[in-house]
Amino acid sequence: MSIFWTIWITVITLIVIIGCAVLLRITSKNTTGVEEGQPMPHTFDGIQELNNPLPKWWTGLFWFTIVIGLLYTFAFPSYTANWNGLLDWTSSEQSVMSKEESAKLAETSHSQYQREMNAAEEKYGAVFKELAYDENGVYKDLTLVAEDPEAVKVGQRLFLQNCAQCHGSDARGSTGFPNLADNDWLYGGEPQAIKDSIMHGRQGIMAAWKDILGEQGIKETAAYVLKLSGRRVNAIEAQAGEERFVMCAACHGADGTGNHALGAPNLTNKIWLYGGSRKAVEDTIRNGRSGVMPAWSEILGEDKIHLISAFVYSLSQEK
Amino acid sequence: MTTATTIQPDYNMKVVRQFTLTTILWGIIGMAVGVLIAAQLIWPALNFDTPWLTYSRLRPLHTNAVIFAFGVSALMATSFYVVQRTCQTKLFGGPLASWVFWGWQLVILSAVVSLPLGYTTAKEYAELEWPIGILITLVWVMYAVVFFGTLVKRKTSHIYVANWFFGAFILTVAVLHIVNNLAIPLSMSSMKSYSIYAGAVDAMVQWWYGHNAVGFLLTAGFLGMMYYFVPKQANRPVYSYRLSIVHFWALIAVYIWAGPHHLHYTALPDWAQSLGMVMSLILFAPSWGGMINGIMTLSGAWHKLRTDPILRFLVVSLSFYGMSTFEGPMMAIKTVNALSHYTDWTIGHVHSGALGWVAMITIGAVYHLVPRLFNQKGMYSVALINLHFWLATIGTVLYIVAMWISGVMQGLMWRAVNDDGTLTYTFVESLEKSYPFYTIRFIGGLVFLSGMLIMAYNTYKTVTAKDGTIKLQELG
Repeated sequence: MSIFWTIWITVITLIVIIGCAVLLRITSKNTTGVEEGQPMPHTFDGIQELNNPLPKWWTGLFWFTIVIGLLYTFAFPSYTANWNGLLDWTSSEQSVMSKEESAKLAETSHSQYQREMNAAEEKYGAVFKELAYDENGVYKDLTLVAEDPEAVKVGQRLFLQNCAQCHGSDARGSTGFPNLADNDWLYGGEPQAIKDSIMHGRQGIMAAWKDILGEQGIKETAAYVLKLSGRRVNAIEAQAGEERFVMCAACHGADGTGNHALGAPNLTNKIWLYGGSRKAVEDTIRNGRSGVMPAWSEILGEDKIHLISAFVYSLSQEK
Repeated sequence: MTTATTIQPDYNMKVVRQFTLTTILWGIIGMAVGVLIAAQLIWPALNFDTPWLTYSRLRPLHTNAVIFAFGVSALMATSFYVVQRTCQTKLFGGPLASWVFWGWQLVILSAVVSLPLGYTTAKEYAELEWPIGILITLVWVMYAVVFFGTLVKRKTSHIYVANWFFGAFILTVAVLHIVNNLAIPLSMSSMKSYSIYAGAVDAMVQWWYGHNAVGFLLTAGFLGMMYYFVPKQANRPVYSYRLSIVHFWALIAVYIWAGPHHLHYTALPDWAQSLGMVMSLILFAPSWGGMINGIMTLSGAWHKLRTDPILRFLVVSLSFYGMSTFEGPMMAIKTVNALSHYTDWTIGHVHSGALGWVAMITIGAVYHLVPRLFNQKGMYSVALINLHFWLATIGTVLYIVAMWISGVMQGLMWRAVNDDGTLTYTFVESLEKSYPFYTIRFIGGLVFLSGMLIMAYNTYKTVTAKDGTIKLQELG
């Protein structure tokens, strides 16, 4: 912040606060020339004004807030971005980009956010470690964690706060957000694949085909795609679509069962990420799709993600 | 009730009559929309799957209608009335006052059409898009010319305190509106525009505007109203001239800095948050100065409350004013704000100001005005004023108590932590628990609205009665 703005803000703010104090001091005395309690020598539409003194308790209250206010501005960052106050307090380090940086700063900084995160880590970090690590200090196998009811419970709580916004409280997803409880996986349902998805995120891109296929081509391809999951379609259209599907097979496989390595959905199982109506499937082919799962490693850290992964894995294991 | 004085013929009372009646009309419409969206929060199906009936479009319509249609109509009516009577002179500018009336109605109608259609700047309380923003500026400048022109040609030696507050309100709202609405239209034929500010600066300018809409429009403006109608209705002198001086100047100087308390713990720089909080705290005493001056004006006239329901409206409005101006500085303290922010507590706070203070003082002023504007000794029915008083009070209390409980509950649920450091409740759980309070809020709003309908009926009977046929009544 430039010196000009610092002076500008400091001067104007102090003029207002100190001006209040001066005004309060002046009006506390009777300088009107009218005896206290008597009306002022003017009336407006019949309304008179008495020259009563300021209530003492009110004057005291005003002084109190002025003094407290000024003290607060000395103790905490005020008037300029270049000064953190006598307590050297900040709400957060706005330059921090990663969890590691944040942890490092927490040792030296007076940032409230960093300190609170640090305190939480100290208090609760052990709880997550206890559930996620074995006695040798390495991560327990996720299949084992998924059988530990306490770990799954904690994983579920973490899921509800961080994942449910998109995937739903019951993890059954919604349009554009995968169902995690149906044992159908875009990137694989092995424990490590689930954990990788959460740690590093995913970007599921389906290309837009309208320029290559044209409207007729889209219609035919959609017919064939719908036929893959056993829907009744126009046989001639599906026939034509099958020939076009060669291009789709690059990602979705020759038989349309998808490819975990690319996150290409299985088209044969009646599970539709973006809707299974003819219109929705045509839209998908026409305009493509772009799905993003954010990377959580920097936000939650691996310990918590290990527990969330176990919870998500457990959803498709029981029964 | 004091004897209604006959209006000197050289005052321009036509525009006052127009604004007084539209105050009632827009009050009913704005509050009815509020009741509808309160119901939508309980029964979402009430948007009938129609885009222009969705909560997101009707909510800004509700806030704009009650603040700028109901509130500003009331302020224009009373400021034009008060400035003439306390300056002993007719409104300045001849037909300008009439243009202000019709111009403002045009602004309101543009809002009523454009907001449900989905045109919005997305700035709270400044949603109206740029063509309407320009229209507001033009009308407001005319308003200022009429008001200050009248002050200049006054026949009295001093300027009465009510006019200080009206003047501060008119000047500051002009500055706030223009600065916050600076935007670049997509094209000259497009309703859409983008603010010239970005990021944290945009947020700061928006809440500098937003909080001073509360401070100068809903506080200073209505204090102007209070300073005329309370001493007039009570027929008592204003308690302390010196108190009015110190609390006026402190209020308008300090209020300008209070906006950042809407942005605690956000990307707004810490120094701005600190100053916003400190100024909000210092604002406490100046705000209460107005309440003290209003309530103490009644000393020696308390017995009138037994027989005069209009005075009841005025006194209860001052009590709610005192309550919400204590609550406001408290909520601006960062530690309290960490609990209250983003919860229904804020909604409760706003409505203790909007229903309890703004609407009640307006209702009191309108009941004082209508007989005087339409040549009667009193309103058609004092019993109906009293009924309205109880409906308004009960409605307000139901509304704000429900929102307090709901808000504190939400704040506590959102911060509750399990033994493992995970949050105890998900957002949806807190929403589920809020439903009963949404229902109470809806009932409170409905009760308040029903009082407004009774007022409309009472006003209709008063206005349409033959001149001078309604006698002065007292509550039995």
